[in-house]
Amino acid sequence: MFIKQLSIFVENKHGRLENIISSFADNGINIRALSIADTTDFGVLRVIVDDVDKAKSVLKEIGIISKTTDVLAVYIDDRAGGLAEVLKDISEAGISIEYMYAFLSKTEGKALMVLKADDEEGAEIVLRQHGIGIAGPGDIK
Amino acid sequence: MQYWQEQYETMPREELRQLQGERLAWQVKRMYENVELFRTRMDEIGLKPEDVKSVDDLKKLPFSYKQDLRDYYPYGLFAVPMKDIRRVHASSGTTGKQIVVGYTDGDLERWADCFARMLIATGCDENSFVQVSYGLGLFTGGFGAHDGAIRIGATAIPISSGNTQRQIQTMIDFGATVLCCTPSYAMYLGETIEEMGVKDQLKLKVGIFGAEPWTEEMRHQIEEKLGLKAYDIYGLSEIMGPGVSYECEYQCGMHVCEDHFIPEIIDPDTGEVLGEGEWGELVFTTITKEGFPVIRYRTRDICSLNYEKCKCGRTHVRMNKPQGRTDDMLIIRGVNVFPSQIEEVLLKVGGGITPNYQIIVDRVNNTDVFEVEVEMSEEIFSDGVKGIEKIEKSITESLRSTLGIGPKVKLVNPKSIGRSEGKAKRVIDKRKLK
Repeated sequence: MFIKQLSIFVENKHGRLENIISSFADNGINIRALSIADTTDFGVLRVIVDDVDKAKSVLKEIGIISKTTDVLAVYIDDRAGGLAEVLKDISEAGISIEYMYAFLSKTEGKALMVLKADDEEGAEIVLRQHGIGIAGPGDIK
Repeated sequence: MQYWQEQYETMPREELRQLQGERLAWQVKRMYENVELFRTRMDEIGLKPEDVKSVDDLKKLPFSYKQDLRDYYPYGLFAVPMKDIRRVHASSGTTGKQIVVGYTDGDLERWADCFARMLIATGCDENSFVQVSYGLGLFTGGFGAHDGAIRIGATAIPISSGNTQRQIQTMIDFGATVLCCTPSYAMYLGETIEEMGVKDQLKLKVGIFGAEPWTEEMRHQIEEKLGLKAYDIYGLSEIMGPGVSYECEYQCGMHVCEDHFIPEIIDPDTGEVLGEGEWGELVFTTITKEGFPVIRYRTRDICSLNYEKCKCGRTHVRMNKPQGRTDDMLIIRGVNVFPSQIEEVLLKVGGGITPNYQIIVDRVNNTDVFEVEVEMSEEIFSDGVKGIEKIEKSITESLRSTLGIGPKVKLVNPKSIGRSEGKAKRVIDKRKLK
């Protein structure tokens, strides 16, 4: 089960990020997780929000390009070695991670990671086989 | 005081005018016979070659334009059979298609003489070592300087452009006394020399810099950093190449080699000839050129002329440093760039790239900084940074191969490039050169 992530193009100009985040605030969109990939010339802001479709249309209105991508949100045991075990399973299946970032988890004793693999479906199967919990859209509202 | 061709360089103006008139009549006659476009334009206004007898008749003649070179590409405007063309040179045009010019043996000799005049005027001689750091190739800069150096019996060092460290090492090892390159490259060489701490090992005395606009401030800095005296040279391929005009030792405007080229200043809108000292578009007529001659060629450079006799004894008119263009051509690091070329490249790259762009030119530390902003689109945006970087790179590379100069490409938000009255402002030139 995948969740929808919104990837947003952020041009390298003063105030752009604030611009985007404020537009979410003004429209009552809650950001659940966020990560920025930056290069010298531009950035890609990746967010998990409570209402992807609304976020996308808000951005479109202010002339900002975004795209939705399927990602996995994975429950990790909140202890030393928790993440390492998950990554080991994925790596052994010959799947590579493109990027990942952390998430606020409401489940006690669990951390939540957003994970983008080069083979998302393969990664999902591997995780399920190892009994690792995957969050669905309902879990992130 | 010394001249290369004293008879011509110091010819009394009346005599010079007489000579120009004879040469003009000769040129008009042979062009009428050999160049179809010129004959058509003469016939259209009912002018016969025999109607042109002196320089006074020049204003009756039709103008010629850069577009002509594209329309008759490659050899359609040459006035001699191709067997008499010894060399061709080329430069960029507005649409990415280059323009071609051709030279006979005689043309090459006269060109070398023009450059030689400048070398002699700036104190060079057969003991000089001339490092030619202009590109040696289809660009006229390199070969113009090279042939001029050989003409006066100096030693040419035809290193061409690029590889700054090696340029400097060669300068030191070979004992270069004269440097020919663009002013911005001279500046860059100067900065590198400072970093390397080798200024005291240089033997440079004279620098001949041209092909792009530069300021007095830059001149002082170049002189300081390279320990030489910096002179300005002007030229364009359509007329000949570097050496159409040059500064003498008094540096008070550039002497036009008037026994070969007649300059006029016109009102770019009406075509009317303007008086001495007035600013307008510079127009040239080549009166000795055999291979590719032009009559009243519109340079698009905004300039003025000064006919007062110079302290150096030369009688040839002096032109001021051009102060801009009547078209949208930009000169960036010595390279001619037309905004339309960028649009064409963006359309060619495809993949959802919109031809919405803005050129931003600035001068930082005396070097031109060239940036092109391109609007991002839904089609090219992807979640992965690498994909976007790849597109950015492919735009940069396509621009570099078309323009001959690589800008920094910056992707911006769609519709963020300013549009006024439906027309986007394509160029922001922050360089202050006036």
